[in-house]
Amino acid sequence: MELQSTIYLVVGLSFALYLGIAFWARAGSTSEFYVAGGGVGPRVNGMATAADWMSAASFISMAGLISNMGYGGGLFLMGWTGGYVLLALLLAPYLRKFGKFTVPQFIGDRYYSKSASTVAVLCLLTASLTYVIGQMTGVGVAFSRFLGVSSETGVYVGMGIVFVYAVMGGMKGITYTQVAQYWVLIFAYTVPAIFISLQLTGNPIPQLGLGSNLAGSDISLLQKLDTIVVDLGFGQYTTSTAGSTLNMFVYTLSLMIGTAGLPHVIMRFFTVPTVAAARSSAGWALVFIAILYTTAPAVGAMAKMNLLRTMTPGVVMQNADPYAHDSQIKYEERPDWMARWEKTGLLKFEDKNGDGRIQYYNDSTKNTAVIAKAEAAGWKGNELTVNPDIIVLANPEIALLPNWVIALVAAGGLAAALSTAAGLLLAISSAISHDLIKGVFNPNISEKNELVAGKIAMACSIVVAGYLGLNPPGFAAGTVALAFGIAASSLFPAIMMGIFSKKMNKEGAIAGMLAGLSITLFYVFAHKGIFFIKGTDFVNMIGGPNSFFGITPEAFGAVGALVNFAVAFLVDKFTPEPPEHIQHLVESVRTPRGAKAVDGAH
Amino acid sequence: MDKSGEAYWKATLGLLTKILAIWFLVSFGAGILFADILNNIHLGGYPLGFWFAQQGSIYVFVALIFVYAKKMGEIDRKFDVHED
Repeated sequence: MELQSTIYLVVGLSFALYLGIAFWARAGSTSEFYVAGGGVGPRVNGMATAADWMSAASFISMAGLISNMGYGGGLFLMGWTGGYVLLALLLAPYLRKFGKFTVPQFIGDRYYSKSASTVAVLCLLTASLTYVIGQMTGVGVAFSRFLGVSSETGVYVGMGIVFVYAVMGGMKGITYTQVAQYWVLIFAYTVPAIFISLQLTGNPIPQLGLGSNLAGSDISLLQKLDTIVVDLGFGQYTTSTAGSTLNMFVYTLSLMIGTAGLPHVIMRFFTVPTVAAARSSAGWALVFIAILYTTAPAVGAMAKMNLLRTMTPGVVMQNADPYAHDSQIKYEERPDWMARWEKTGLLKFEDKNGDGRIQYYNDSTKNTAVIAKAEAAGWKGNELTVNPDIIVLANPEIALLPNWVIALVAAGGLAAALSTAAGLLLAISSAISHDLIKGVFNPNISEKNELVAGKIAMACSIVVAGYLGLNPPGFAAGTVALAFGIAASSLFPAIMMGIFSKKMNKEGAIAGMLAGLSITLFYVFAHKGIFFIKGTDFVNMIGGPNSFFGITPEAFGAVGALVNFAVAFLVDKFTPEPPEHIQHLVESVRTPRGAKAVDGAH
Repeated sequence: MDKSGEAYWKATLGLLTKILAIWFLVSFGAGILFADILNNIHLGGYPLGFWFAQQGSIYVFVALIFVYAKKMGEIDRKFDVHED
């Protein structure tokens, strides 16, 4: 079958599956709408959490980033998985014992204050909205590239699908669709990786292949990769860090704390029946996530290897000199997939020295030997630019895999984006219908009306997310940093202190959240503009880019969290203790016995 | 909080400290701070520090959560605060 029709078939089948599940899992009560009735087993919840968590960024972008960054890319791997240890140990079981529908509700009750819960709603909405925009854009991109429709049509179709199962099924519909989406995305990610690992190393398990010798030689893949990239002026693959060691440290910590503090992930643990199930469910979630996350480094390194092998065939498989005249391929003889991706503009070739061959190397290297060799060979600069986002999507084509694998990757990318978007939309709509409408404006609302309000809030959120996906405010790269920064600097410390300190009071918690949030926003906005508006950045006022010990704005969440803790404890010292019944509440949250079904009563 | 409640919480915090120490050592320790030194050792084709940063720490994280869930269950039963 032709490639395009295969893609239509596979993507169409996966959508039919999601809609079928949505019809089967309709929500009839607020409990089903917010927490899937509270009866989801730890393994199923773990799988749904994994799909909820792994977004278009994990599926499409991460391996490409690792491919470019080498060793330093490990910060994403450690950061986005290590957060689950914090979540399992510090938050999930206690919040499950608390037994309410939403994260702001915990903060409001624990800090006996409507203002605290409103600040939490604000943080939740900002973090989730910025995150969902990226997903909607991802849906549009995946559609336009694979289905040959415009990016706008892609977003509309994506909105329609999410609308059907999220509005109809709420958390119940989302949970069971996410389980299906997990299978689609993990299959789509690992199948090409297995093929490629087999081709390059003869070992079908990518995690082992990355540590194996190149097929038919006695030199390891990573060592060979190191030699070639250094020869071409890039940093050594297995050692090049992301900025300084300090920055990598803080960046990793920020991603971990941010992961543990993201509301759409936390609320998945309200759906399990017991406290013990919340603990083990975090473990299962990480198992399912780890399958993709331990494959990603192999995908990244092997894609780099395959790219080099395409550009300079003799260098990888034999030991030809990359600077020899006939080592680089002729542009005219490039493979079909390059031509296909050139049309998207994400892969560009510019024949700077006019020799008709593709020279791919780091032309801004400081290595004088490389500069001398490039000059001697008559090279006039790097001629090939590859957008890291195409690495995963183009991977099966680069490795010349069959059409059905390419179609599977298309369905997988869509599954990853849709499942995360649905989880985020639920977090947003429950904050609006449960924490704002029921919690603040109309506490006497009936359950039936609250369910209707929840569905309307969900529908509106989808429209807003779709609108922002179609007209992205031009800060796609900054948004994820902001979402993690907010979760790390405001929500995580407030929840953690609420459980681990009996004496923390509302003044301390609110001051801490506001301080952590403002300093993080200040640092991010200084680099990227106030609310990401171009030209309003004031980075020179704070002493130039990354002026705070060389820490990048993406990595600043951990510093914000520290500020939050420090301010909270300071204010707590000088303000009255929390009332007696709150201290009892904390004690009861700490012990598992007596955990009851999650409900929404305020 | 009564005596047994305090002891339960102390046991919980003790377990959390141990688990978080290992969590820190494999990721921030082996994966970042000591990665250069560990890279002198090889695990198959992997330099060890690189392996911890891109593979090993994740496997340890998974194991840590299941160990935590199991040990916490034991502590719950010991202090008679388990569910059901």
